[in-house]
Amino acid sequence: MNFDLTDEQRMIQKMMREFSDEVVAPGAEQRDKEKKFPVEIFKKLGELGIMGLPFPEEYGGGGADTTSFAIVVEELSRGCGSTGITYSAHVSLGGAPINLFGTKEQKEKYLTPICTGESLGAFGLTEPGAGSDAGGTETEAKEENGEWVINGSKCYITNASYANHLALTAITGRENGKKEISAIIAPTDAKGFKVIDNYEKMGLHASNTTELVMEDVRVPQENLLGKKGHGFRQFLVTLDGGRIGIGAMAVGIAQAAYEKALSYAKERKQFGQSISNFQAIQFKLADMAMKIELARNMVYKAAWVKDQGRSFTKEASMAKLYASEICMEVCNQAVQIHGGNGYMRDYHVERYFRDAKLLEIGEGTSEVQRMIIAREIGC
Amino acid sequence: MNIYVIMKRTFDTEEKIVIENGQISDEGVEFIINPYDEYAIEEAIRLRDDNGGEVTVVSIGDEEVEKELRTALAMGADKAVLINNEDIEDSDQFTTASLLAAYFEDKEYDLILGGNVSNDNSTGQVGPRLAEQLDIPYVTTITKFELDGEKVTIERDVEGDVEVIETSLPLLVTAQQGLNDPRYPSLPGIMKAKKKPLEEIDYDDLDIDEDEIEAKTETVEIFLPPKKEAGKILEGELDEQVQELVKLLRQEAKVI
Repeated sequence: MNFDLTDEQRMIQKMMREFSDEVVAPGAEQRDKEKKFPVEIFKKLGELGIMGLPFPEEYGGGGADTTSFAIVVEELSRGCGSTGITYSAHVSLGGAPINLFGTKEQKEKYLTPICTGESLGAFGLTEPGAGSDAGGTETEAKEENGEWVINGSKCYITNASYANHLALTAITGRENGKKEISAIIAPTDAKGFKVIDNYEKMGLHASNTTELVMEDVRVPQENLLGKKGHGFRQFLVTLDGGRIGIGAMAVGIAQAAYEKALSYAKERKQFGQSISNFQAIQFKLADMAMKIELARNMVYKAAWVKDQGRSFTKEASMAKLYASEICMEVCNQAVQIHGGNGYMRDYHVERYFRDAKLLEIGEGTSEVQRMIIAREIGC
Repeated sequence: MNIYVIMKRTFDTEEKIVIENGQISDEGVEFIINPYDEYAIEEAIRLRDDNGGEVTVVSIGDEEVEKELRTALAMGADKAVLINNEDIEDSDQFTTASLLAAYFEDKEYDLILGGNVSNDNSTGQVGPRLAEQLDIPYVTTITKFELDGEKVTIERDVEGDVEVIETSLPLLVTAQQGLNDPRYPSLPGIMKAKKKPLEEIDYDDLDIDEDEIEAKTETVEIFLPPKKEAGKILEGELDEQVQELVKLLRQEAKVI
């Protein structure tokens, strides 16, 4: 057993740490305030070869492992949660299903621009009536003269305004009243395809969250991703990988909040001394450090199990559940340690607090994670 | 073009210095490529890209230095060499320069780049000493390097002013801040770094005796600078303030 990172992982971590400190973190507060998507950062990440990190080199990817992906998500999120979620969704929701289920032609056509950063990756799953319960899916794709004709709508879709194409789930048939769900790749500039970007969110303001409306969107039959009727199974596998990303993002935001709280506690003087001398504050900081360490270990373990080619559903759920919940706790305490200042934008911790909440919800709520873990342990 | 960079592994700039048993402790310390050497590596890579040839990064230290050498390879250097000095007891800038000189003895080199100083000892001696031993010209604290055939035009920083120097290859230069903006290693660079050659040489393998390279200096004591105390603001009429200041400088600070 070995807890050391490999040479590559360590170099990626060092490089991303510097990149995050120098390029990502400085404008994070401003971007959040102005709801400005970090286009420039993603251009630079594309130049550095980071956008296609875990995908095969033959499609322009980096051929790195899942642990490296977790490291990149953590470091980006430490600088800016919006940048972190954009990247995590780009890779694990946008690129991964095409890489996992696409044909060679589909990968060349749709995975390569994701690897180069020419297109961001997105995934159209959630609908007003369907989240973790895919049975509620209403979007329908009908075969007509060798084409799919798609009608329906999707909500809360990350990155779609910056994606040239995305995989979306749709009903492709019914048997005995049961819906058959498949995934289909659709170009976002197709006729009848509308991407609406006007949600008012609690946090992650610099990330792109959209509503999709499809009205008689026609795509060729060959755009079916994976097997017909396997859409549900495919998206479960996709979400397992996405949960490692959300876990890593939680570790990154928690780390940022903890670092700010620690340095503030050392500087802030009350009753003639630094508040970090008070046990009440020390215990908070000690708990934060411990929880972050545990969460990071679980994220790394889930990533490692995935890279071994084993089933990682349970580990990914545990990592996502634990990391997102401790992230919320850590951010809460970071605001508390900052006192009144913590409630103000200038001190950053209130942004972390707002950003953190999404992590207990996105890609399966905490409750759904507990259902998955319960199923995995044989309940 | 054969380009060499001499590189040192140093404490991260953010690290706090801790002294234990009279020695600087490296327990749990993060290490980096000396920031000035990073400029040298960047410049070497750019010169290679423009003029062809090869960049070899050379460092001295223990096996741990491999990490920083791999980073240099990830940035784009072609080869790395580690001269292992773990068995040498007393080492100073003279030792380092002599080891490097012994290494370069049978090498073909057009240009050797290094950092202006290291961020730990900050002596700035190794580059010039090496050039002296190799008997080649050297220019320190450079902020611009231009190669035109055989002719080299250099701008160097002289305490905030600029000196323009013309010289020729072979040459040794040391990099000052402002020479360039070092790149981040790209992901493909990182993934390829492991496959690039990293040669480890024991200092025994160099044609040199241990007493020939014995340190010329002795470290007598290591101590931290005194803690910064709050400043004093003088009050009253200007004349009184001046008198008070002179008095304090004489009696308290004892500088006049």
